[in-house]
Amino acid sequence: MEDDRFELAGKVFRSRLIVGTGKYRDFAETRTAIEASGAEIVTVSVRRVNITDRNRENLLDYIDPRRYTILPNTAGCYTGEEAIRTCRLAREAGVGDLVKLEVIGDQKTLFPDVAATIEAARVLVKEGFKVLPYITDDPVACLKLAELGCAAVMPLAAPIGSGLGIRNPYNLRIIMEQAKVPVIVDAGVGTASDAAEAMEMGCDGVLMNTAIAGAKDPIAMARAMKLAVEAGRLAYLAGRIERKLYGTASSPLTGLIE
Amino acid sequence: MNVTIQLNGEPYSIEDGLRLEVLLERLALRPARVAVEINQEVIPKVDYPRTVLHHGDRVEIINFVGGG
Repeated sequence: MEDDRFELAGKVFRSRLIVGTGKYRDFAETRTAIEASGAEIVTVSVRRVNITDRNRENLLDYIDPRRYTILPNTAGCYTGEEAIRTCRLAREAGVGDLVKLEVIGDQKTLFPDVAATIEAARVLVKEGFKVLPYITDDPVACLKLAELGCAAVMPLAAPIGSGLGIRNPYNLRIIMEQAKVPVIVDAGVGTASDAAEAMEMGCDGVLMNTAIAGAKDPIAMARAMKLAVEAGRLAYLAGRIERKLYGTASSPLTGLIE
Repeated sequence: MNVTIQLNGEPYSIEDGLRLEVLLERLALRPARVAVEINQEVIPKVDYPRTVLHHGDRVEIINFVGGG
């Protein structure tokens, strides 16, 4: 178990939990939560600088890019072109060429536009980006994304921020079985058992933001998620018992008093 | 001579031929924390000293903020 390392886009990590930096009260809480989570990879968004705010602090003053792997996302992009532009800008900001690709298809559900995501991924892979695409739990979409050279696939458990947990474990199992790249469950995690469930299934990692930032005690939830991901991974590696319809006694059948 | 660029979607007055590096200084922005697009082309950081701005340029300056 000590040697269980998470290899992603050519780098090795110990933590299989990836966390977002959105929805926290302030930068200080963001930093404390991330530390409590043990995450080594954190997602960020790409947005216009506030020109008029002269005393602005920057998120990266709290989340040190030398200590964490920064994963810019293309949140807010509804077309492949916007997402590609965002990735190019993010790369020039100088934290590397790892990107979380999101091309949203519907504002209400925040489900990805699968076709646009695949086409944008194709362009980005050609431009040398290491692409982690946020996608539906659609095995065919995941196969296509892996084939065109994405560094992982990131199927959703449920809509972003919904806290519903894994709604379709059967699809995720199929995706896991067919995967030639790491599978990271991204979006919809609600509480610790959801994260553990994903890891028990054999997923390589879990990405979450709202589940931690939106909890009543985000720091405690960050710790819970850290443990859940570790527990789920250990359980997966330990090899669970089979499910049986009938009972099999755990205590001896002999030596009973009469 | 003063000209107008579009800076993050708003009109902004600058001297014609202002160097991008100087604009960033004026805005108190650290180059290490931002990325810049002019007319939808990303500007490599090494080019900030020699990139100049002219009337009508559409400039986008971005940074990283919290997100999932």
